[in-house]
Amino acid sequence: MMQEGLDDGPDFLSEEDRGPRAVNVDLQTDATLQVDISDALSERDKVKFTVHTKSTLPNFKQNEFSVVRQHEEFIWLHDSFVENEEYAGYIIPPAPPRPDFDASREKLQKLGEGEGSMTKEEFTKMKQELEAEYLAIFKKTVAMHEVFLCRVAAHPVLRKDMNFHVFLEYNQDLSVRGKNKREKMEDFFKNVVKSADGVLVAGVKDVDDFFEHEKTFLLEYHNRVKDASSKSDRMIRSHKSAADDINRIASTLYTLGTQDSTDVCKFFLKVSELFEKTRKIEARVAADEDLKLADLLKYYLRESQAAKDLLYRRGRALVDYENANKALDKARAKNKDVLQAETSQQVCCQKFEKISESAKQELIDFKTRRVAAFRKNLVELAELELKHAKGNLQLLQSCVGVLKGDT
Amino acid sequence: MLFLDNPLEIKMDHSLPASDIASSTKPLSEASSAPVMDILSEPASEAFSAPMMNLLMEPASETSSAPMVDLLMEPASETSSAPMMNLFMEPASEASSGPMVDLLMDPASDDLKEPPKPDINPLADIINDAPLSEVKTPVAAMTQEPPSDLFDDEPSELFAEPRQSNTAKQQQTSIFDEPDEDLFSEPLGEALKKPQNDVFKEALAPVAKASNVCGPLSDNYNEDPTDIFTEEAITTLPSAVSTVSVNSKTNGVHSDEEEPDIFAEATVELSLDSPRNDRKKKEAAKPSASASAPSVSASASKPQPKTLEELDEEIEDKFELNISITNPEKVGDGMNAYMAYKVSTQTTLPMFRSKTFTVRRRFSDFLGLYEKLSDKHTLNGYIVPPPPEKSIMGMTKVKVGKEDNSSAEFVERRRAALERYLQRVVFHPSLLQDPDVREFLERDDMPRAHNTQALSGAGFLKMINRATDSLSKMTIKMNESDVWFEEKLQEVEAEDQQLRKLHIMVDSLVGHRKELSVNTGGFAKSVAMLGSSEDNTALSRALSQLAEVEDKMEQLHQEQAASDSFCFAELLADYIRLLGSVRASFDQRMKTWQRWQDAQNMLQKKRETEAKLLWANKPDKLQQAKDDITEWEAKVTQYERDFDRVSATVRKEVLRFEKEKARDFKKQIIKYLESLLQSQQQLIKYWEAFLPEAKAIA
Repeated sequence: MMQEGLDDGPDFLSEEDRGPRAVNVDLQTDATLQVDISDALSERDKVKFTVHTKSTLPNFKQNEFSVVRQHEEFIWLHDSFVENEEYAGYIIPPAPPRPDFDASREKLQKLGEGEGSMTKEEFTKMKQELEAEYLAIFKKTVAMHEVFLCRVAAHPVLRKDMNFHVFLEYNQDLSVRGKNKREKMEDFFKNVVKSADGVLVAGVKDVDDFFEHEKTFLLEYHNRVKDASSKSDRMIRSHKSAADDINRIASTLYTLGTQDSTDVCKFFLKVSELFEKTRKIEARVAADEDLKLADLLKYYLRESQAAKDLLYRRGRALVDYENANKALDKARAKNKDVLQAETSQQVCCQKFEKISESAKQELIDFKTRRVAAFRKNLVELAELELKHAKGNLQLLQSCVGVLKGDT
Repeated sequence: MLFLDNPLEIKMDHSLPASDIASSTKPLSEASSAPVMDILSEPASEAFSAPMMNLLMEPASETSSAPMVDLLMEPASETSSAPMMNLFMEPASEASSGPMVDLLMDPASDDLKEPPKPDINPLADIINDAPLSEVKTPVAAMTQEPPSDLFDDEPSELFAEPRQSNTAKQQQTSIFDEPDEDLFSEPLGEALKKPQNDVFKEALAPVAKASNVCGPLSDNYNEDPTDIFTEEAITTLPSAVSTVSVNSKTNGVHSDEEEPDIFAEATVELSLDSPRNDRKKKEAAKPSASASAPSVSASASKPQPKTLEELDEEIEDKFELNISITNPEKVGDGMNAYMAYKVSTQTTLPMFRSKTFTVRRRFSDFLGLYEKLSDKHTLNGYIVPPPPEKSIMGMTKVKVGKEDNSSAEFVERRRAALERYLQRVVFHPSLLQDPDVREFLERDDMPRAHNTQALSGAGFLKMINRATDSLSKMTIKMNESDVWFEEKLQEVEAEDQQLRKLHIMVDSLVGHRKELSVNTGGFAKSVAMLGSSEDNTALSRALSQLAEVEDKMEQLHQEQAASDSFCFAELLADYIRLLGSVRASFDQRMKTWQRWQDAQNMLQKKRETEAKLLWANKPDKLQQAKDDITEWEAKVTQYERDFDRVSATVRKEVLRFEKEKARDFKKQIIKYLESLLQSQQQLIKYWEAFLPEAKAIA
């Protein structure tokens, strides 16, 4: 289980450890296609994920296989979904965030430089701390990538996507490359147009109450979840700093305690030992809050964005449809290009109706998934908090008991 | 003074110049407060021995102070002060006359009522260590006894005796001839070169003292005299004891056992006399009474450290003194505003006037108390607990009148720090006996403490002193003969470093915990908003419940931050300051050592000079050189004893400090852990309440 904490060594992806995913957002109903990340390797500037697939679907050559994928390939897969018009009516599972080890690496490097200026114990302790931090980020990264694949695999339509199958099965480099400058500029431009358009489209009153309601809800929800996510990050960061402080206090108390062997020194040593233990618990509390709360919120920040994107696409289609209607009316009045207008009007109508139809289901699913995910994570959070608090309490009680007995 | 006899009046006539001195000191009195301090503090550092000076000076003021009070009450001030002056003079010349012994033995017990109390530590030291030359002690004795004896008993006899054999007549006259200013301005140390001058010197000191006493009095500082008085009380005992021993020697009855007897007698008499005493001396009388018993034991037993330790135990055993500081209150407005604190004392110690009493004190009063204690006791190697530092930032905030959290926290932090400071002071068996401490606890209207301003003239001087101190510290290379001190000093320094480090970390923890509290609060609000926009009812409800839990957590973190700060950080800050005092006492020991070494070098030089003179055959200067050698030999012995005494005190103090430290740390850290324990219990409660809500999400 996750609660075993961060400092249990490099085998962090061992079977029991991987049980519950950090953020479980799927309605897992189907065993015909199961995807997970069985291993991951952190190299200099990239992370290599081993994607493991178990499937009974006929279009795979084998029932079980693994491939090695990098973050860029995940992004490629995501983008291919987004760009596919066929999927315009679906909430595209949000792409996993880019692994960011820079801060952690930098700290590790600084530690190396400052090695001479601290005692051996301090150095070892700091190193352990940073390694644990690195490990936590690593674990989270892996979890986020896994969640993306699981979501896709659980999606009734997306799971059948060819690109997805290639991603899962093709055992060589997909040779996707990062976007070059021009493409990035294009993306940026597209985004600007899209958001301007989004404002325009959002202004259009929806004929359908359901979508109108969803639109206002998602707009607000997205903003709030964004706020909650950043606030939770801040809270957890200060919790971690506090835990680090306790750690340092413990080691200083240890130094104080080893100065000689008087009564007070023994006392200091005991308190140091206690703080050493409680700081581990505090660190775990912070880490678990991160995993169960912050990551959940972060995921729903992205997922609600994806849902908003879906609404935008539907709104766009609606506007197109209305424009096509107007064009048809015009054409009919002028009796010119009527057939062409009729065709485009029908295309728009179909597109809109198709999007509306699947979008409605998608949004309902989104809500169901959300409620389930929140329930699961909140229950787990509360249980973990309780577990840690009880552990902490027990430590404190026994320590106070011993100390009082001594004096 | 109605009971003054004729002889006395005649006396007065004779000694008119003396009365002049007394009266002329009135204008000087205010200015002379500084000199007084000098007299008190310098002796030790001056070439002359500390205990000696104390003996000589304090008793003198003792004598003068009692009549002074009378002076105030009755208009006959001039008349009565004059005889006093005479007293100082005459006894000085009459080293150990019969009548005097009588005085000391019988009526003297009256006088002894003050002495007994103070004896606790310094006294014992002085008694054992100070080589009291006969010439000197009598002076002290005489000057000490006269007040009550004179007026109560047979003054005529006393006066008659000294007169006849007045060997110091010239000196007497010289005193009167000299301008008043000289009396006060002349550095005491200068006059000490010649033995004869010694007597003269001692006479001077009392005079100066006396003038000091009468100064404030005449200026209507009604309470001021008691100040001086009580101060003297401590040091009076030695004089009394020495007097007794010296005098009994003359009688041929000198023995150790006799001392306690005399004391016991004194105690008994004291209780009998106390009503009258009260009338006269108010506060001074009481404290002395209470301490008389311990003093007996202290003076009775010979090996000093042992005695003191026993004394410690004794005091700890029957320690019944609770001090609390409450109700910090802002007085005044603007930049002149200050905080006044209520200092309540609860005690069963008989040295206090009542069982419970309360005074109001401001921060600078606490600093003033420290200055006084530090001036007196650091010289002897005592570890004087330091008060909390001045905080211009914090105080300015309070002054500006911002009623926000940080200024309330500042006031509370300071209140607690002052309380701990005061508790440490009274818990110190020697400091508790200090009249300044009692005055601080008991006296209703304290004179405003001066020189506590951040950079006042005195503060500046002090800074320079400190700078030179640290300079000399660097230059003094002490080849340590005692490994214990060397090791302890190293330990103390290492500990100081570690504690500073720890303090920084705990401060950082406090900071992060506060940050955590604020951020948790922010998150709670955010979650509440998220809950309100969530359209699943159960989830929305759960989220608002989560928001409530986080709200409570905010509170919890805040409380925890407060206890991090109050239980832990403040404890460390206290001990960082205390370790500073510990180091100061080590420094003091080093200084005494240095003085001893310097004296040895000087002696060496004098001997060389003598040898040269012998060689050069210059008999005229030879005598002078020989005198110098005797003088410096005495000084070397004296300084060596001083060094031994300070070393013993430092060692004892350090041991005491360590014991105290162990107890404090254990108590405070356990308290701190209990606060942690409580917050975990709360935490469990909150999450347990939340869990079913989370499970109810459907």
